Amino acid sequence: MSFLAEFQRHPWEAMGERIYAKTDEDVQRALWRRGRRDLDDFCSLVSPAADPYLEQMAQLSYALTRKRFGHTTQLYIPLYLSNECHNICTYCGFSVHNKLPRLTLSRDQLMQEVKEIKAQGFEHILLVTGEANRQVGVDYFERVLEWIRPHFASITIEVQALGQDDYERLIARGLNSVLLYQETYNSHTYGIYHPKGKKGNMAYRLETPDRLGRAGIHRIGIGALLGLEDWRIDSGFVALHLAYLERHYWRTRYSISLPRLRPAAGFQAPNVLVSDRDFVQLICAYRIFNENVEISLSTRESPALRDRLLTLGITAMSAGSRTDPGGYTLNDDALEQFDVNDERSPAQVAAMIRAQGFDPVWKDWDMVLE
Amino acid sequence: MRQTDSLAIGEREFRSRLFLGTGKFGSYPLMHDAVATSGTELVTVALRRVHLHEQQDDVISHLQLPGVHLLPNTSGVRTAKEAVLAAQLARESLQTHWLKLEIHPDPRYLLPDPIETLLATEALAKQGFVVMAYINADPVLCKRLEEVGAAAVMPLGAPIGTNQGLQTRAMLEIIIEQSSVPVVVDAGIGAPSQAAEAMEMGADAVLVNTAIAVAGDPVAMAEAFRLAVHSGRMAFEARMGAVRKQAEASSPLTAFLRPE
Repeated sequence: MSFLAEFQRHPWEAMGERIYAKTDEDVQRALWRRGRRDLDDFCSLVSPAADPYLEQMAQLSYALTRKRFGHTTQLYIPLYLSNECHNICTYCGFSVHNKLPRLTLSRDQLMQEVKEIKAQGFEHILLVTGEANRQVGVDYFERVLEWIRPHFASITIEVQALGQDDYERLIARGLNSVLLYQETYNSHTYGIYHPKGKKGNMAYRLETPDRLGRAGIHRIGIGALLGLEDWRIDSGFVALHLAYLERHYWRTRYSISLPRLRPAAGFQAPNVLVSDRDFVQLICAYRIFNENVEISLSTRESPALRDRLLTLGITAMSAGSRTDPGGYTLNDDALEQFDVNDERSPAQVAAMIRAQGFDPVWKDWDMVLE
Repeated sequence: MRQTDSLAIGEREFRSRLFLGTGKFGSYPLMHDAVATSGTELVTVALRRVHLHEQQDDVISHLQLPGVHLLPNTSGVRTAKEAVLAAQLARESLQTHWLKLEIHPDPRYLLPDPIETLLATEALAKQGFVVMAYINADPVLCKRLEEVGAAAVMPLGAPIGTNQGLQTRAMLEIIIEQSSVPVVVDAGIGAPSQAAEAMEMGADAVLVNTAIAVAGDPVAMAEAFRLAVHSGRMAFEARMGAVRKQAEASSPLTAFLRPE
């Protein structure tokens, strides 16, 4: 039993028809329903019919987020361990055919980065790599966790999809949470975006959160890349996936990310444009659909937009991010995955959060809980 | 204001029957002011928010008020084993053997696991902790917790953070009736009137967080809760009259017993 079976019952076209058929009345019902919203309500909220209700959606999203998460925003920072990658992802700077210098951090280089990040106040870290099992496989991750575990309250990874046994090994070393985006749920085009490498196996990727759930991970982050396919349909599948995971792995917390494609080496423009207005609609729709899910926002977005989104449904933000291995101490832009859009320092972002009457939370976990 | 009876838990006596949670505030100074205004003498703080291995911690330093005691909580643990480890660490680094035991493996509704909570309470009570156990409003579980050494039971009024009030009223009434340890209604209290209702019902105390932290003016709301809890307790001690559905003007069924 896995999500694959449920996924196969929902063809891409059917999800699209369901969303685009929504009417004004459907949106009103979804907005003012008492109690929990279902997938059908989510489809209404991300549909074009919901556009005139954006202000009402924003107000509801604000209120629901305050009730569950209060006036707080959790801060985290990505740390790129490696830009080695054997996959081709047509939108990603680390793609194997891109001629950029490749680097995997040694222990010394990593500990330099850790020192720099800790000095900025971070306790929650997101480790990122491409997919290169020889250079950055489970053995390497295990060593990295051992080295850095004493320095952080929470460790998340965003790396290649792994097996349940692998996840169990890493959880035993202090791994707390895993982000793994499906990129797109469109089975017609998934293979076109991922023509080479293990990542081309869509079914394996779709079932990865199941393996994580069975391994007993504390938190799973899912999402679709915004810019590949119709964002309304892809997010319908994210909502379907989230509801499935919550039912089956009820001890796990979930988070959603909304990465909008950014310029990167070898990649110019996204296939589909997601406007700021669409982006706000999507955040609010996720929040109204699920009051408990965490929603995180990266530095892919501009400072002006991040400042406004802070209160609208977001629960966590990265700050001061670099997207290249060694980015905090080596400073070599040639290695990066994508251009960041918000270049403010963590202290500046924290000050912005405080200026809006919110508490920037640096620590909201502890290794003793692992 | 007229004094009400003090409340004894563990080795301590509390004059205030309002306990506070410390999450969700927009800033530490705001949290500090709300705590001070509420008159509370017991505040719970999540271990996961505290820098346990460092000398100075921002949350803790903003909670250092005269007469206010810390009640570390184990939010985030999923099993009794994890709870015991977390409790030991809390005792070491925060220098208190008081503990709010929260074991909720379900991270969405944060509903407590009764089996793990019972196991952990027994283990921790044996190790000398003053255990205040967060649980569903289950009267039998409350008696079982009492038997294994819980210092207080903390049944929920409604799912945490929902502000729905005393949805579990019928079970809370039985718990209050049967308990020989203090009953603290925790979770779900969203308005001062609901806190007063719990106190009138005979709860020994209430714990409030979201309703204060998320209010438009948390400090004013803290004061409103202080007054409501006090007035609810006063009403309880003053012994309220029974509620009647109809007026009792005459005794039609027993009038014949009166001498002519």
